[in-house]
Amino acid sequence: MPGAHIEPVIGRYVHLDIAGVSHRVYFEEAGSGIPLVCLHTAGADGRQYRHLMSDDAITGHFRVLAFDLPWHGKSNPPPGWQDHEYRLTTRTYADAILAFCEGLELDRPVVMGCSIGGRIVLHLAAAHADRFRALIGLEAADFQTPWYDTTWLHRTDVHGGEVCAALVSGLIAPHSPAESRWETLWMYMLSGPGIFRGDLHFYRVDGDLRATTPGIDTSVCPLFLLTGEYDFSCEPEDTLRTAKRIAGAEVTIMERLGHFPMSENPEQFRRYIMPVLERIRGLAR
Amino acid sequence: MDGVADTALLEAAERIPDLVNACAPVVRRGRWLTAEFLLEIGDVPYHVSVESGRIRAFERGPLLMRSWTFAIHADAEGWREHWRPLPRPGFHDIFAMAKCGLARIQGDLRPLMANLLYVKDVLAAPRCLAQ
Repeated sequence: MPGAHIEPVIGRYVHLDIAGVSHRVYFEEAGSGIPLVCLHTAGADGRQYRHLMSDDAITGHFRVLAFDLPWHGKSNPPPGWQDHEYRLTTRTYADAILAFCEGLELDRPVVMGCSIGGRIVLHLAAAHADRFRALIGLEAADFQTPWYDTTWLHRTDVHGGEVCAALVSGLIAPHSPAESRWETLWMYMLSGPGIFRGDLHFYRVDGDLRATTPGIDTSVCPLFLLTGEYDFSCEPEDTLRTAKRIAGAEVTIMERLGHFPMSENPEQFRRYIMPVLERIRGLAR
Repeated sequence: MDGVADTALLEAAERIPDLVNACAPVVRRGRWLTAEFLLEIGDVPYHVSVESGRIRAFERGPLLMRSWTFAIHADAEGWREHWRPLPRPGFHDIFAMAKCGLARIQGDLRPLMANLLYVKDVLAAPRCLAQ
């Protein structure tokens, strides 16, 4: 009788100094080749990228890595967390990414981020382009109009996990398979108290990049932006407006996808991300 | 006219109680909600009474001096598109509709937000009629 199916994904912990504080950070990886660091959405964790890590066509050419930001997934909050309100800032977010890439000694990795991950990719493109081989922003824009009051995400009289999942449920395209839809929502139900809201501090308060993005030089580091047509948080128009101000940025509007392309409908996302990854492989030759 | 709540649209709305009450997972999802809310389809109001996830009454208004906790309004075209099996972008979620001015969400939002997955299921229930 054959043994059980074991996925090629391996999870480990790395100790990183982020913004002067020591953190125990969980990450998963699969494959070998060009390092491809994947950044999860707000209030979620790295498992959103599990389908990429089990795709031989990708892992045959890329070392796919996804770490859980501190306070997320299996990455602990720092000691003393109980006395502080969690708030993600541009500095701590960028420091976490740079610390992870340096800590694992990744050679000019590709970074692909979604939602807040897409926003920080724009910051990386503006401030640290020479450190990266290419940057991919999923559901990324320099600014987005808020569509709800984030105080609903962290109260004692409303279940945080359920309201987080309920709010983001509308960002998933109606075409997405039920299993993938509910797996995506499950990740939101798992989030620690106030963490989704704390991530949105970066998104809404600290991360307005409208004045920064015109300075991005895509000749130093190519930039690819892909946004789902059903995303009403980062609307296609937001991404198109952002790209219009960045010479050389390449934009794709993805049909039948919403705000979580890699997890809500992996097959559909594959049609769009494979050509981008192929292009990046070509750059490396 | 697209903006007018025609008979077929209102008949679809009035199927909501049967559709919800026949779906055990949805009723279970709403088991913490007992409240009355207002569902407005264009200028036609419905008072929806929910008791532990089951829809106990679905009454066409206006009903004089009747209270409600929260209200959700969209015009006929908005609901018509929301209830398609695969709505167009912007019409597929009540918050998407609110963001672009197609819907209004008002009143005491705590019971809505505490049971949001359930309320979204209730509002989208007629979608299955078109399949």
